[in-house]
Amino acid sequence: MSNQTHDSVEPSYLVAKKGLLSWLITVDHKRIGLMYLVATLFFFMVAGLLAILLRTELFTPGQDFMSAQTYNQVFTLHGAIMVFLFIIPSVPAAMGNFLLPLMLGARDVAFPKLNLLSFYIYCIAAVMLVLTLVMGSLDTGWTFYTPYSSTTGTAVIMATLGVFIAGFSSILTGLNFVVTVHKMRAPGVTWNRMPLMIWAIYATALIQVLATPILAITLMLLCIERVLSIGIFDPALGGDPVLFQHFFWFYSHPAVYIMVLPGFGIVSELITVHSRKHIFGYRAIALSSVAIAVISFLVWGHHMFVSGQSELAGVVFSFITFAVAVPTAIKVLSWVATLYGGSIRYTTPMWYAMIFLWTFTVGGLTGLYLSTLSTDVHLHDTYFVVAHFHYVMVGGTVIAFLGGLFHWFPKMFGRMYNERAGAISALLVFIGFNVTFGTQFFLGHQGMPRRYYAYLPEYEYLHQISTVGSWVLAAGLFLVLFTLLAGLKFGKHAPANPWGGVSLEWHTATPPIEHNFHHIPHVESGPYDFPEIDWDSAKH
Amino acid sequence: MSSSNASNERPAWVAHHFDTAGQQVSSAKLGMWLFLATEALMFSGLFLAYFLIRKLHPDMVLVASEELNKAYGGVNTVVLIFSSFTMALGVRAAQVGNQKSLERNLMITIACAFIFMGVKYIEYSAKIHHGLLPWNFFDMEKAAHHSAALASFEYTPMFFGIYFTMTGLHGLHVVIGIGVLTWILIRARRREFTPDNYVAVENVGLYWHIVDLVWIFLFPLLYLVK
Repeated sequence: MSNQTHDSVEPSYLVAKKGLLSWLITVDHKRIGLMYLVATLFFFMVAGLLAILLRTELFTPGQDFMSAQTYNQVFTLHGAIMVFLFIIPSVPAAMGNFLLPLMLGARDVAFPKLNLLSFYIYCIAAVMLVLTLVMGSLDTGWTFYTPYSSTTGTAVIMATLGVFIAGFSSILTGLNFVVTVHKMRAPGVTWNRMPLMIWAIYATALIQVLATPILAITLMLLCIERVLSIGIFDPALGGDPVLFQHFFWFYSHPAVYIMVLPGFGIVSELITVHSRKHIFGYRAIALSSVAIAVISFLVWGHHMFVSGQSELAGVVFSFITFAVAVPTAIKVLSWVATLYGGSIRYTTPMWYAMIFLWTFTVGGLTGLYLSTLSTDVHLHDTYFVVAHFHYVMVGGTVIAFLGGLFHWFPKMFGRMYNERAGAISALLVFIGFNVTFGTQFFLGHQGMPRRYYAYLPEYEYLHQISTVGSWVLAAGLFLVLFTLLAGLKFGKHAPANPWGGVSLEWHTATPPIEHNFHHIPHVESGPYDFPEIDWDSAKH
Repeated sequence: MSSSNASNERPAWVAHHFDTAGQQVSSAKLGMWLFLATEALMFSGLFLAYFLIRKLHPDMVLVASEELNKAYGGVNTVVLIFSSFTMALGVRAAQVGNQKSLERNLMITIACAFIFMGVKYIEYSAKIHHGLLPWNFFDMEKAAHHSAALASFEYTPMFFGIYFTMTGLHGLHVVIGIGVLTWILIRARRREFTPDNYVAVENVGLYWHIVDLVWIFLFPLLYLVK
């Protein structure tokens, strides 16, 4: 910052070292982040295309081009790839890797080699999951429920080992990030001066470290079950199949927050930077991330209201699930309060943040229907559930991810994208998404069960609307891809701080130099103290 | 790189992205403790499975657990606790820069790990010989010949399933322990550790203690509890 002449001489991290090998063995968190970004976007596309196949098959009530067995395999692969290879690593491992040290004013994460190792572990897991395709595929659904998964003839061992290994990658990334946040903050970056993105990544990393080992042991037990057969999940051999569901959801419910908390972090950044206003309720948002992380470990039973758990357990889990709504509402209301009276700029990231507020709120509120015991009995395993979690996962995480991608794209690559194309993509995604999944609430409420390849003719009308919506959504997502690729190739050179952000990643060159900062910054104010804020009049 | 006064005193073993040696050491320790937390959580899943089996089939577990050899289990417990002690002595030796004591204690610890695996081999062989294995490999004929009481329970193989799973995963950790202890021993012989820089020894020591700790829970639950 001080010696600007020196800044322009040092090459950016993209060109500091050259050749393919310099990427493959890099320990630079920014390069590792980009490699994750490319890999996760690739799997997003693969699993997205599978989803389009599913929706197209559902255009008519009968069988079109997929048999029941193929349909089962395609929706399983769609779910498994989306969850384990895209959503879980997308924001934390791809964006988090890029941003965390920059936002903390550090030169790198605490364990750079471990960081590269987690990327390769992720790659091995990805190869294994894809290999299931040629090994008889997988038809258990991404949840691997027993006893079906311990008896079906498909490639369960390969798939579960793949997810098991992906879990290690997730644990190591989480561990790395927790240590980085604790130990690598630049002078003056106190806990209360960390950007909210960091708080969200930190809460996520805690869940990754504390929940993923349970998934590991669950999947290991499932593999052992198939090889040696302990009988622990099989009632015919003296076990209890519901135990698997307890095990699985003890990980997979917190995992839902692994997926959505980083999205919250991104939205906190987007809304405050693009409305030029200090975030409303900084501490409330920061601590609500941690609160959500804690509560997330205590709500797994709401996936099992109809699995035969005791009535008391149902009531308790229902109550705790309602409690999640409190910290979540604190966040949403704080974002809305931040917008109030702000100088809102309708940039592409801001459009996505606005879409997030709408779709995530719908997703969150419909969760309350499902956590209510009596309505859940009616809605369990219907399209209502499908619509609910897509509103949270796509309408929450993916929309935030896209917004974040547009927001930090200039920082990552040093180029600007076309604002108009970005805004049109946001519009297409918004329309396509709501048409696709909004209709599914009605389908589910009318009794359409999930995971069926054919259905009764009375559902045809809504299914067709949903399928057309999915095509619009796909068009919007491809437009995002083209906008970014075109920006990469033809975009104007980005200034160091295109959005006027105050957090540390905007205080270095664009794209950043290899070691992030020429001099480790010394921070004396918060991450949202924009220069144009008039604190004196704000007090009134 | 950052502050000019620190770069002069900066030891060579401090990685480029840390400001001070203290930052590197405390990062490594925190990372290790988090890793230990994941280990504890992973084993907790197996303990839960064990308790469920006990709850579902209490009589079977009582009879089946009599098949485990308390003497061998006891010897292994003593061996592991002793090795934890020598490991702690090794860490202390690294801390005060006693090179000879560090190498000797590491070697004793590794030897104990081998003894543990040897005893485990004898125990496993006996179980395999009597056909006392998980469902897919359980041999009812041999088991009935060995003990009529065992054969009278319908779900006996479950106990041996959880026994082999828990002790097998623990045994895998002992084998990995042998690997990392050997790696530390090689580094110690290259004189890489000094009283300022021995966090790797300490972290491997922590790992070895949790391997010991898990066994201290496994032994009474599987061999002793009525």
